[in-house]
Amino acid sequence: MTIREVMKIVEGKVLVGEDRLDTPVETACGSDLMSDVLAFVKDRTVLITGLINPHVVRTSEMLDITCIVFSRGKMPSEEILEMADEVGITVIASPLTTYTACGELYVRGLPGTKAKKPEPEGA
Amino acid sequence: MAVLLEKSFPVEAGAFTTAGEASTTIKRTLKQLGINAEVLRHVSVACYEVELNLVIHSLGGTLTLLVDPEKVTLISKDVGPGIPDIDKAMTEGFSTASAEARTLGFGAGMGLPNMKRNATEFDIQSEVGVGTTITMSFALR
Repeated sequence: MTIREVMKIVEGKVLVGEDRLDTPVETACGSDLMSDVLAFVKDRTVLITGLINPHVVRTSEMLDITCIVFSRGKMPSEEILEMADEVGITVIASPLTTYTACGELYVRGLPGTKAKKPEPEGA
Repeated sequence: MAVLLEKSFPVEAGAFTTAGEASTTIKRTLKQLGINAEVLRHVSVACYEVELNLVIHSLGGTLTLLVDPEKVTLISKDVGPGIPDIDKAMTEGFSTASAEARTLGFGAGMGLPNMKRNATEFDIQSEVGVGTTITMSFALR
């Protein structure tokens, strides 16, 4: 799936990264908890989140996340958009709730990132 | 092993606004050195986690990056307060993070275990009243 398809499915509007809409994405992750995002996410992932602060972009940059979808119609600040654009992350604003945006993407074939197996006791 | 690069970054306690700036610089520096993308992601995630820990939990400290032909090494050294029970701190889900950290999306108790998972070698030494030193290395293969 491409970021352009993601944008259409979540009924979103591109805020930055109009020129990167044909970038492919392979998985998605829906979370407001950046700690969990840092623990589970892989390459070429779309992050769907209702959390809006610069750490969402910084977390995404560390993980090479290519696209952030801000759900429930929340609008990120200029500062956040500039940070994202600088590191080549496409930002989409979607009117859908996080749950619905994730669900719509999932049923159209975008799988979730696999949770890692818990370490055995005493490891 | 000959050190190709050594850089240190001071990290201020409670500086949530700038938290992550050292990790961003480290990631960009390593990218310029042509470090493999997979290794770079492991280093970046562990580096960001440890930098956030310095901001959230420590009284301030320093993050040091060392690169040699075999590996990337990150050393986080703080001036306190120290961790009373390291085993507990290493447990997924255990967290003593502040409400402020949680508001930003952190403090889920995933930091230390996630660093260990991403690093090739992980070592943590801590003494209450003295400080904590975390040393992580990442094999370049």
